[in-house]
Amino acid sequence: MSETTKILLRGAKVLGGEPQDVLIDGETVAEVGSGLSAEGATVVEAEGKILLPGLVDLHTHLREPGREDSETVLTGTKAAAVGGFTAVHAMANTFPVADTAGVVEQVWRLGKESGYCDVQPVGAVTVGLEGKQLAELGAMHDSAAGVKVFSDDGKCVDDAVIMRRALEYVKAFDGVVAQHAQEPRLTEGAQMNEGIVSSELGLGGWPAVAEESIIARDVLLAAHVGSRVHICHLSTAGSVEIVRWAKSKGWNVTAEVTPHHLLLTDELVRTYNPVYKVNPPLRTEADVMALREALADGTIDCVATDHAPHPHEDKDCEWAAAAMGMVGLETALSVVQQTMVDTGLLDWAGVADRMSFRPAAIGRLEGHGRPVSAGEPANLTLVDPAYRGAVDPSGFASRSRNTPYEGRELPGRVTHTWLRGRATVVDGNLA
Amino acid sequence: MKRHLISAADLTRDDAVLILDTAEEMARVADRPIKKLPTLRGRTVVNLFFEDSTRTRISFEAAAKRLSADVINFSAKGSSVSKGESLKDTALTLEAMGADAVVIRHGASGAPYRLATSGWIDGAVVNAGDGTHEHPTQALLDAFTMRRRLVGADAGTGRDLDGRRITIVGDVLHSRVARSNVHLLHTLGAEVTLVAPPTLVPIGVEQWPCEVSYDRDSVLPKSDAVMMLRVQRERMNAAFFPTEREYSRRYGLDGDRMARMPEHAIVMHPGPMNRGMEITAQVADSDRCTAVEQVANGVSTRMAVLYLLLGGNESAISPTPARTEESK
Repeated sequence: MSETTKILLRGAKVLGGEPQDVLIDGETVAEVGSGLSAEGATVVEAEGKILLPGLVDLHTHLREPGREDSETVLTGTKAAAVGGFTAVHAMANTFPVADTAGVVEQVWRLGKESGYCDVQPVGAVTVGLEGKQLAELGAMHDSAAGVKVFSDDGKCVDDAVIMRRALEYVKAFDGVVAQHAQEPRLTEGAQMNEGIVSSELGLGGWPAVAEESIIARDVLLAAHVGSRVHICHLSTAGSVEIVRWAKSKGWNVTAEVTPHHLLLTDELVRTYNPVYKVNPPLRTEADVMALREALADGTIDCVATDHAPHPHEDKDCEWAAAAMGMVGLETALSVVQQTMVDTGLLDWAGVADRMSFRPAAIGRLEGHGRPVSAGEPANLTLVDPAYRGAVDPSGFASRSRNTPYEGRELPGRVTHTWLRGRATVVDGNLA
Repeated sequence: MKRHLISAADLTRDDAVLILDTAEEMARVADRPIKKLPTLRGRTVVNLFFEDSTRTRISFEAAAKRLSADVINFSAKGSSVSKGESLKDTALTLEAMGADAVVIRHGASGAPYRLATSGWIDGAVVNAGDGTHEHPTQALLDAFTMRRRLVGADAGTGRDLDGRRITIVGDVLHSRVARSNVHLLHTLGAEVTLVAPPTLVPIGVEQWPCEVSYDRDSVLPKSDAVMMLRVQRERMNAAFFPTEREYSRRYGLDGDRMARMPEHAIVMHPGPMNRGMEITAQVADSDRCTAVEQVANGVSTRMAVLYLLLGGNESAISPTPARTEESK
């Protein structure tokens, strides 16, 4: 990693606006303007490139501790940096589960040591993700990790009473419960979206209503107890309608969408290639369009990757035996550019909002999701939007290769990432 | 013909008619004192069965042996999971043993497709039933049986099932037989109606090339063939229907209801039958029930499939392959 120093970004389109110079001094942005002096500074020519605040992921699986064969905090944060992220929220479904202060502090410390990206651990809502007994949410919050986001992600907090209590309890420290909305009984043996394709393929259906019914219940619960709730990886048009309705009531509901749900549909499952197996499952074209629209109009607050690394053997098998999940950190911004920017649905300022400002705000994450202006922390991402290239998983920084985009041409590329003034990515490569 | 037989949907009308015509030739072999052709001598057919299915396995085994192929039975039930061996490693093992064709039965939908498309093996893959996806050779033997009964063994040669009305009754949701039959019968010009309680019809069925009815009695009198699917009794534990008796009353076939079918209409069942559940003994044992005939036809049909997949390219096949072999 390069040493912190003075860096001058010349001619960068800040949030997609008019070209400006941006001077980084030490850990902060010193000045934004035109014709800034390059004296004593390393110059980065940024003409034609977009400067964004460092991206923030609310939903990352770093797998450590427990599944270091698929990802470690170090490899995961490297992948994050390559993807333009300066902070990620590490999900709690590790082995052991991040349901105690000890485990979240371990993950937090590993993140500090990695140096590529800030790691904010997410705490489990219930002990062992079992949905029975609340984990020590307060202890995790009070730990060095300072946990604010709690989630049993991978499993749904399906017991309405436990969910209600969790929503209430975290109010004491301004926490938020991030729900993996999946009614368990409706999704027993579920393998893919339930619909036309599943009927032909003979794969167990994961009906939209299994997601929507939980979201409907949880927004009502959140409203009832006056708490905020965050919906993980929303995937259906119906879910969008429920969140839109809840927001229209003024309830404190936020939601995220993954890049893959903005681009891919269940038609891909016809290949029976488990690289397309994910939870929630890929849905239909109509769902994809509704999700894009909802992200554009702000009904969906942010993009979150649900980066879910798996070793090759867990995908090199028959569909039913395969693990669910896709890696996403290194391709997220490109997919968002293709589906939202290049389609005219969102400008770059909108991308900054959905991939940095809002996720940081939802996670109450300090020092991230800040404007690109003097005095702010120099967490920055420089993007070349004109780049076109096919995705080559062999070059991933992630330890895993389970991307659904192999060989697919995607636009845009992160050329530089700075974490508090320190370059983590230079010219597209890890610094 | 393609190189593999994974889905009935992959077959064109001409492919399907060629298989049925070839099966007729194969059936004639069964009537001879020596029921064996030298066609696949020196070729190896592996029956790779991850699920127990004695009926289907011995049918494929008989078919391969009548074509003089070497047959290896690989009963992998449980081994994939309990011994930790993956489908891929099993496939690589078979490849190393020089399998020319792999007949696979697997509990996971899509496993044969993966086997055929993942580059693990070079041989032809024949789907002998995968999860709740497809069972194409069952559909072919069913179509063969229908053509013989409804059109005629000799008269049927070169013909399809144009305009025949076929009713499939039972657990469509979990049935690979139903999926393959809907595709194939549609391709062959038949009009298919599915009859089942709404709980056992998949979401998305409206896109299938068939009709759906919840009312057995209105459909039976308009059917040229009625196929009764096996219904697992355990399904009632998952609330697909209230009780065995209620299912039987509303969707089973008994003598009275059979009497309402047209005189020429046949009753089919892929087996094994749940007598007293979806079909009464009176119907099962009647002349109109083709269940046993279907088993015999299964061997001829599977001979045809193996012959066409392994016997080289399509153009090399004369209309009377059996006789060609005979003359050697």
